[in-house]
Amino acid sequence: MYAQMVKAEGAKAREEMSPEERAFQDRIDRGEKIEPKEWMPEGYRKTLIRQIGQHAHSEIVGQLPEGNWITRAPTLERKAILLAKVQDEAGHGLYLYSAAESLGVSRDELLALLHNGKMKYSSIFNYPTLNWADIGTVGWLVDGAAIMNQVQLQKTSYGPYSRAMIRICKEESFHQRQGYDILLKMCLQGTPEQKEMAQDAMNRFWYPALMMFGPSDKDSVHSAQSMQWKIKINTNDELRQKFVDQTVPQAKYLGLTIPDENLKWNEEKGGYDFSEPNWDEFFDVINGNGPCNVERLEARVTAWEDGAWFRDGLMAHAEKQASRRAAARIAAE
Amino acid sequence: MATATPAVDQAAFFEWLCRMGDNCLILGHRVSEWCGHSPVLEEDIALANTALDLIGQTQLWLGLAGDVEGKGRSADALAYLRDAAQFRNALLVERPNGDFGNTLMRQFLFDAWHMEMLRALQGSTDARVAEIAAKAAKEVAYHLERSADLVIRLGDGTEESHARMQKALDTLWPYTGELFQSDAVDQAMVAAGIAPKLEDLKAAWDRSIAEVLAEATLSVPGTSFQHKGGKTGRHTEALGFILADMQFLQRAYPGGTW
Repeated sequence: MYAQMVKAEGAKAREEMSPEERAFQDRIDRGEKIEPKEWMPEGYRKTLIRQIGQHAHSEIVGQLPEGNWITRAPTLERKAILLAKVQDEAGHGLYLYSAAESLGVSRDELLALLHNGKMKYSSIFNYPTLNWADIGTVGWLVDGAAIMNQVQLQKTSYGPYSRAMIRICKEESFHQRQGYDILLKMCLQGTPEQKEMAQDAMNRFWYPALMMFGPSDKDSVHSAQSMQWKIKINTNDELRQKFVDQTVPQAKYLGLTIPDENLKWNEEKGGYDFSEPNWDEFFDVINGNGPCNVERLEARVTAWEDGAWFRDGLMAHAEKQASRRAAARIAAE
Repeated sequence: MATATPAVDQAAFFEWLCRMGDNCLILGHRVSEWCGHSPVLEEDIALANTALDLIGQTQLWLGLAGDVEGKGRSADALAYLRDAAQFRNALLVERPNGDFGNTLMRQFLFDAWHMEMLRALQGSTDARVAEIAAKAAKEVAYHLERSADLVIRLGDGTEESHARMQKALDTLWPYTGELFQSDAVDQAMVAAGIAPKLEDLKAAWDRSIAEVLAEATLSVPGTSFQHKGGKTGRHTEALGFILADMQFLQRAYPGGTW
């Protein structure tokens, strides 16, 4: 899940709604998609901009921890796969910024909010990638958690967001498989040192991956309205449970230990019991104190600022060309 | 697959294939260093795409090099387990990225050569070489279109973008001569009909460079001095660091399965 703690107002009861809002809610309830030029409550638009923007930012900041290993990928094939994956993430950023633009906010405006710290990206990308198994683990657990969320978002009520998610999900499931494949190689055919790397990666990424779904439902203040508007379909805890249930057998197959003493199968609920992540750590990371917050943001700001001359140069050329064309047209007349 | 051309000295052929593969590998590495750090999202995508093409081409050239050598070395073994002195790339592709303008100019100067080379190689007497060249040429045509277009737009952009592009051109120009200087290995390839005479590519390269630079309002540097050495294994200090990065896992954990 690349959007956590997205602010939204409290859900309104039907009798508090204006006639327009009621008609809008009826469309949502009938499962209709909302399209860019149609009427929507201001809160719906704002919530979507926050959520889609945060999601887009997560894709582009997410290039950094994985990009960190492109030059060190251990084989040419792994290097090519990782390059393709990181390229996909940038492409996802592009679709998502475009979806946000359909709500009346430009990519540049959203980037300015990222750069000045007013908009967030997923907490997960503030964790470092320290060994090659981290690249496998990010694919398996982080993309795995993202898919869990994005599969439901394919049904989200806003048309452009839903359609972007359908495309993104196809690529994400490939990413998850390639991540798991890295770990299969390291865990089942690797040397003891490689297995150690994989376990180390698991120990570091397990709880941050669980945090990706956002705070527990009982503390998730923004969910109710988003669910009423079908911007969000499942609750944080439902998705987290699904993720754990899916992941435990995969970890067993790899021979990796999930770092949770309380993890055990609960026959009655038909799922695993597991420990909550440390939510203090989560809020620390969200508030800028994760291991890599400073570097990640600095890298993005530097890329943007160092690239100003490049973007200005292209704009200047486009303007020159336009005035040359205009002059030629006048001369021809 | 067709059989190897019998007339050619296999050691020279191996050497030449390493030159082709190492150019792609080292430039692909350099380009991939930008990942996530470029001036605009579209460029991140384009650069990753270029690097990906170049790594794919590396696999083909070095794969064939390993076959020709016949000692059981794979493309990975060649990429990851040779030291700098065994690398055969031109110095141009290992030059540091510098600013984005420098990266684009390096790409353009190389792409223009690469395109001519691949065009000629499609007529190689060695079917395997012709086949790789045909596949790579499609990708490189796009690389060249993109790098030439950006050189034009930035050269004829703002005063600052113009100055940066001119500086990049001046800095990189002395690394272009090596691309056109034949040695005994190249001559053996020409004799076997495997590859064109490098000097013969120069006229077409000059033309395409002159055309683009004129439109970009950039001037061809007057310097005639040209560095050389990359294709015989004498590199700049930069290559050692590239390899330290690239080969780290294979060197630190020999025998691992990745």
